[in-house]
Amino acid sequence: MSGNGLTYSEQGGEAAPELAQEAAPTVTPSAPAAFGLFSSDTKKNEDLKQMLESSKDSAKLDAMKRIVGMIAKGKNASELFPAVVKNVASKNIEIKKLVYVYLMRYAEEQQDLALLSISTFQRALKDPNQLIRASALRVLSSIRVPIIVPIMMLAIKEASSDLSPYVRKNAAHAIQKLYSLDPEQKEMLIEVIEKLLKDRSTLVAGSVVMAFEEVCPDRIDLIHKNYRKLCNLLVDVEEWGQVVIIHMLTRYARTQFLSPWKVDEVVDEYSESNFYESDEEQKEKDQKLKTIYTMDPDHRLLLRNTKPLLQSRNAAVVMAVAQLYWHLAPKSEAGIVSKSLVRLLRSNREVQYIVLQNIATMSIQRKGMFEPYLKSFYVRSTDPTMIKTLKLEIMTNLANEANISTLLREFQTYVKSQDKQFAAATIQAIGRCATNITEVTDTCLNGLVCLLSNRDEIVVAESVVVIKKLLQTQPAHHGEIIKHMAKLLDNITVPVARASILWLIGEYCERVPKIAPDVLRKTAKSFTNEDDLVKLQILNLGAKLYLTNSKQTKLLTQYVLNLGKYDQSYDIRDRTRFIRQLIVPNEKSGALSKYAKKIFLAQKPAPLLESPFKDRDHFQLGTLSHTLNSRATGYLELSDWPEVAPDPSVRNVDVAESAKEWTGIPGKPKKEKPTEKFYSESEEEEDDSASTSSSGSGSASESEKEDEDEGSTDESSGSSSPSEESTDSESDSKESAAKKRCRAVNESDSQDIKKKAEGISIKRSTSSSSDTEYTSSDECSSDSKSDSESGKSRNATSNKKEEKPAQDRKTPKTQDMFLLDLDDFCPVTTPVAVPTAAVLSPSLAADLEGLSLSSSSVIDVTMQVSVPTKTHELLHRMSGKGLAAHYHFSRQPGIFGDRMVPVQVTVTNTTDQKIENIHIGEKKLPPGMRMHEFNPIECLEPGGSITATMGIDFCDSTQTASFQLCTKDDHFSVNIQPPVGELLLPVTMSEKDFKKEQGMLTGMNETSTTIAVAPQNSTRLVIIERVVKAANLGVVPSGQDNIHRFAAKTMHSGSLMLVTVELKESSTAQLIINTEKTVIGSVLLRELKPVLSQG
Amino acid sequence: MAERAARPGPGTAEVFVRAPGAGLAAAALRARGAGPTGAGPVGGRGLCGEPARGFAPPQPGLAAAMIHSLFLINASGDIFLEKHWKSVVSRSVCDYFFEAQERASEAENVPPVIPTPHHYLLSVYRHKIFFVAVIQSEVPPLFVIEFLHRVVDTFQDYFGVCSEVIIKDNVVVVYEVLEEMLDNGFPLATESNILKELIKPPTILRTVVNTITGSTNVGDQLPTGQLSVVPWRRTGVKYTNNEAYFDVIEEIDAIIDKSGSTITAEIQGVIDACVKLTGMPDLTLSFMNPRLLDDVSFHPCVRFKRWESERILSFIPPDGNFRLLSYHVSAQNLVAIPVYVKHNISFRDSSSLGRFEITVGPKQTMGKTVEGVMVTSQMPKSVLNMTLTPSQGTHVFDPVTKLLSWDVGKINPQKLPSLKGSVSLQAGTSKPDENPTINLQFKIQQLAISGLKVNRLDMYGEKYKPFKGIKYMTKAGKFQVRT
Repeated sequence: MSGNGLTYSEQGGEAAPELAQEAAPTVTPSAPAAFGLFSSDTKKNEDLKQMLESSKDSAKLDAMKRIVGMIAKGKNASELFPAVVKNVASKNIEIKKLVYVYLMRYAEEQQDLALLSISTFQRALKDPNQLIRASALRVLSSIRVPIIVPIMMLAIKEASSDLSPYVRKNAAHAIQKLYSLDPEQKEMLIEVIEKLLKDRSTLVAGSVVMAFEEVCPDRIDLIHKNYRKLCNLLVDVEEWGQVVIIHMLTRYARTQFLSPWKVDEVVDEYSESNFYESDEEQKEKDQKLKTIYTMDPDHRLLLRNTKPLLQSRNAAVVMAVAQLYWHLAPKSEAGIVSKSLVRLLRSNREVQYIVLQNIATMSIQRKGMFEPYLKSFYVRSTDPTMIKTLKLEIMTNLANEANISTLLREFQTYVKSQDKQFAAATIQAIGRCATNITEVTDTCLNGLVCLLSNRDEIVVAESVVVIKKLLQTQPAHHGEIIKHMAKLLDNITVPVARASILWLIGEYCERVPKIAPDVLRKTAKSFTNEDDLVKLQILNLGAKLYLTNSKQTKLLTQYVLNLGKYDQSYDIRDRTRFIRQLIVPNEKSGALSKYAKKIFLAQKPAPLLESPFKDRDHFQLGTLSHTLNSRATGYLELSDWPEVAPDPSVRNVDVAESAKEWTGIPGKPKKEKPTEKFYSESEEEEDDSASTSSSGSGSASESEKEDEDEGSTDESSGSSSPSEESTDSESDSKESAAKKRCRAVNESDSQDIKKKAEGISIKRSTSSSSDTEYTSSDECSSDSKSDSESGKSRNATSNKKEEKPAQDRKTPKTQDMFLLDLDDFCPVTTPVAVPTAAVLSPSLAADLEGLSLSSSSVIDVTMQVSVPTKTHELLHRMSGKGLAAHYHFSRQPGIFGDRMVPVQVTVTNTTDQKIENIHIGEKKLPPGMRMHEFNPIECLEPGGSITATMGIDFCDSTQTASFQLCTKDDHFSVNIQPPVGELLLPVTMSEKDFKKEQGMLTGMNETSTTIAVAPQNSTRLVIIERVVKAANLGVVPSGQDNIHRFAAKTMHSGSLMLVTVELKESSTAQLIINTEKTVIGSVLLRELKPVLSQG
Repeated sequence: MAERAARPGPGTAEVFVRAPGAGLAAAALRARGAGPTGAGPVGGRGLCGEPARGFAPPQPGLAAAMIHSLFLINASGDIFLEKHWKSVVSRSVCDYFFEAQERASEAENVPPVIPTPHHYLLSVYRHKIFFVAVIQSEVPPLFVIEFLHRVVDTFQDYFGVCSEVIIKDNVVVVYEVLEEMLDNGFPLATESNILKELIKPPTILRTVVNTITGSTNVGDQLPTGQLSVVPWRRTGVKYTNNEAYFDVIEEIDAIIDKSGSTITAEIQGVIDACVKLTGMPDLTLSFMNPRLLDDVSFHPCVRFKRWESERILSFIPPDGNFRLLSYHVSAQNLVAIPVYVKHNISFRDSSSLGRFEITVGPKQTMGKTVEGVMVTSQMPKSVLNMTLTPSQGTHVFDPVTKLLSWDVGKINPQKLPSLKGSVSLQAGTSKPDENPTINLQFKIQQLAISGLKVNRLDMYGEKYKPFKGIKYMTKAGKFQVRT
């Protein structure tokens, strides 16, 4: 405390108010600290001021260092403010940083002067160096001067769209600072949060979620759309961000998903004993048991993506995942966290403390989780007491019939511990074991009685208390023990123990009729010297004896009551008066005294020996509130599971999910009505914002038109693809599907739109080409508008489109890649375009080519594909024990991301039994190769077959992807080797562009060969059909009859692949392939050869 | 957006031949879940139609930082450094801490979380310094505790040792580092290599250079690591001798009972690495018997997926010293206990003298010598003094703390070290209930007691041939013998 005293005097006048309001440090206008008394201080500061004024950087730096030293020691340096703030624009970065440190500390107190520095920061915010921009924002937002709130707001807004993710991260931090400075800004800040939540940088994610938790934790609606992104980014976010995100997602999930615990309550025992089993097995078991409950795929996504984080080196992350599993996972799965939690027990004392507390709470509810680790909780003599007691607590929780004998042996060692506090806790633990496990009650009791002769008073006292409780639970035949304890009374001095013995004797005075009065006699003698607690029990004992054995004890009791009447403690005087009125009959005493015996000697309920952690579980684990067992400020309650799951489609990002298509979720709760309303509302909102934010489209009629258009596309898509499945029959998913389609149209090039337009025009039986033109462009604009909300990237796209409506059928290449760059699911629809369309269209495209205003080289991925019917065998039914699998390449672009080759796998069950849980197991992929698994198939009926789609990024190589196809009981190693033709993505381009590109890909990049062409293969249609079937190539319109051109780009790297077939006389043809990827080129050449030569 | 790399970039691999994990592209594969990212950039900005369930409304105006302030308190209870990230919290808040400190007899027993009327104090105790963080609202306590430990690690990293004197001497650097580590109470940069680029650790040479040239200790560029996918490694690392050393260190935690039988024993291991390699090397480390590893935790650089599928450690290492892996050997394996202790300690009730005799000997050591043996024992309070003679090594008994320590050194199996003598007890006190437990430390070089063996270490991504070294060691962790 001497240190404190010193500080106060040094801080001068300012210290006093600060001391008074430790809680809320407010802006105290600083009184100049220059009292005459502290002249030495002022003198010193004078010389610092001079140094700061000096022209030399080194002197300034020295001065700043000394000032920072003062701040660090808690000395007041505020009077130097004017001198320091002058240096804010110093060129020397270290001086600048130190000035920043100073500013953050004192700006609040010197608001007017602090304003001098603002312009410097504003300038720095525009600096090309991102570190300077970021630190300027940091300081600006840290100087807590209310006047500059608008400036801060502006700076935050600007920084939130900075190119550097580091600056955006700092913007997210600044949000919290501004909010605490001025909560009025909340609405605007939420807008910024919303924007930053969409950020894809892992650097930003943690910070913005922190801001979200701080500013608007109740706005879960902001999370919906970002939920999956957050789940997927989680592994790559820095560790501190992970903790924050996991805690937020825990709360989110509890409001959005159904409880996975409802059914497993019944099987709790069973699954607990088996938690070694792998995740998959357990999941399956759950599935088996829960006919009604199916976990939301998003719920599963969260669990799956957090699991690897259990291996984090950061204890906070591990704990966060553990609490997530505890609160969200099916009970059978929560077991996987125990191993990691036990691992944390190796680290520092403080970490151990928190982790043990959480384990203690967990172990009460689910013993099974930690039973195998019982020995990890054994106490070492070197552990600090708080750790020891926590370990003891857990061991007691884990005690059962099987391990109790080992535990009791261990406890015996602890009882003898030199740490008496711990020894006392052990005795209590023994007592708890004795009540919980009836088999050992007698053993424990005997053991405790032995302890009564221990030399240490604390141990004896604790034993007495525990024995008292134990006897109360089974008072039948323990007269002997009571007698023994009565004898001890002379030696024991600890009040609680004495009181306990007295109470016991009083309670069971009829069992020890000879001893009880004698005890009363002894204690009556020492009454005045006893502790209050003991005095009360003496009074009690007297009263009870008076009622049962008044002959012997009447006088004694009266004596005691008289002593009590004049006691110093009013509690005891009260009690005395009360007892006297009750037991000593006189004229005044009412009817109550008749019942005195019933009142005093009523059967008392036995106390329950419970763990102090019993009621902690209503706090979220891993929180401060849980540790303190009281609600901390700002604690956010974890809600109960909803009865009915809220609409899961809110998390859909623009496209529906493929998963639902074939899982055929049985008994999925229905929830349409609110959904529809909600969705349409948000739609309106979207429109509004779109009209305000996007350039060029402001009129209400636009949005109406959009609706209309959407309707029409919906219609057309419905009719053109009746096979499109949308099991969840919600209008929104359909709508989004329609949107997706609409965008898909947009993505594809002019030709494609034309084709589509053609289709529509046919349907509407309009012949005018201008009309069809209109329809298609309109579709695009409506689409771009509805998308304009969707983040800057696409926004940019659409804006660009609106600026150049004439060009909007021809989207530049880069944009196109962008649009395809969706890492999303999309409905696996059967391709709309039939192969014949592909064959027909080029001529039309060629016709319309002249209309194109653009002269730029346009190469776009076509939407249409001709699907090769050829299927390959993945797993023969003989080797697959009845499970057969085939695959074929479906050629649908962009399902799993633009680099994944979509593969449709059809699994067939040829056995007469159900095959359960078909999924992909261990993968052996060559480096770089990635695979997107299909969702596990829960169950396949005998004879049934199911088609699932997966994506593989082959990295433009024909290396095989080996993986395991697993069922519930078996693993089959299978592999997929792609034909080179499937590694391509067809593109369309004009003949002119083709020639231009070909011109650039000559020399080494060209391979060619001459082949014999079977006569029947020489017509245009046949050639196109055959080539397109063999390789996923796009047809390029050709002016010459004998030359056929095809174009594609490689799936992974996007290099062009140009194929030319030039028919010569005498049934030969020249086959030319131009590509940068020469290896693929030559392989493709080899594969195309037989295609044309064979009949 | 800018960070979205142009696709056919230099990171893209060759068509058919591809080095395993080429550079940065491979880092992106690290531990990523296979699921598609379900979130596109489209987001409904609308107000949610349904009421927000369960999200309790935040207390108005209570937006508090995670870590408000930090106080460093030395053993004698002086606050020698304070740092505030938000408005100043008065030192008087520490009074609650001092109170708790008084209540707890030993520093070890000061509770890590102390509530005060308006704040919460979370503290860690290391190097005889309490690092007390002041927080104002709900926060995962481990978050703060882990961060404080990271602060201490960083200081240690910067100054070699972390002590009151060193911190006071380098108060400016400490302040600058703390400033970078936290922004508004939320961790900003905790990777030591990033910090070291922002604020260079002080060395005598640099101080001299700085005074002459006027350059500073503060970096003016954003460290490259901060933005990259491998934030733990800086770019442009250059060495003339390229070397990578790995130490497999296993610790045995055990409790041995009176009769010499093992009550509990487990092996915890770590692999500490010292990697000084040029450029961006991509290393893989494989084990002969990876099944031994039961529970593992990795440095963030390790690719989790690869471990899951192939049990291979694949990583782009940080520069310098770091802990690659910590592991736990599965409980099924029986633990070989390499030493035994024979003891005969007895206190007699009648006289004030007791006997004390211990002998340490080797057991299952796989033919290796046990060295660095050190025996410590906390004697009961009633012990006044001990007169002992060791057969080898030196022993000290501190009559104040009642701690006996005996530095044995190497165990010679032919002539087992022993310590014999008598104990004098305080007159008039009864004999202690319990004999003291004996804590043992030892080291065995060139042996991993679990039998774990590194199979091979390969490097990809760089051309040169590095010098590789693996060292094994077994140590006693918390090794206690009850007597």
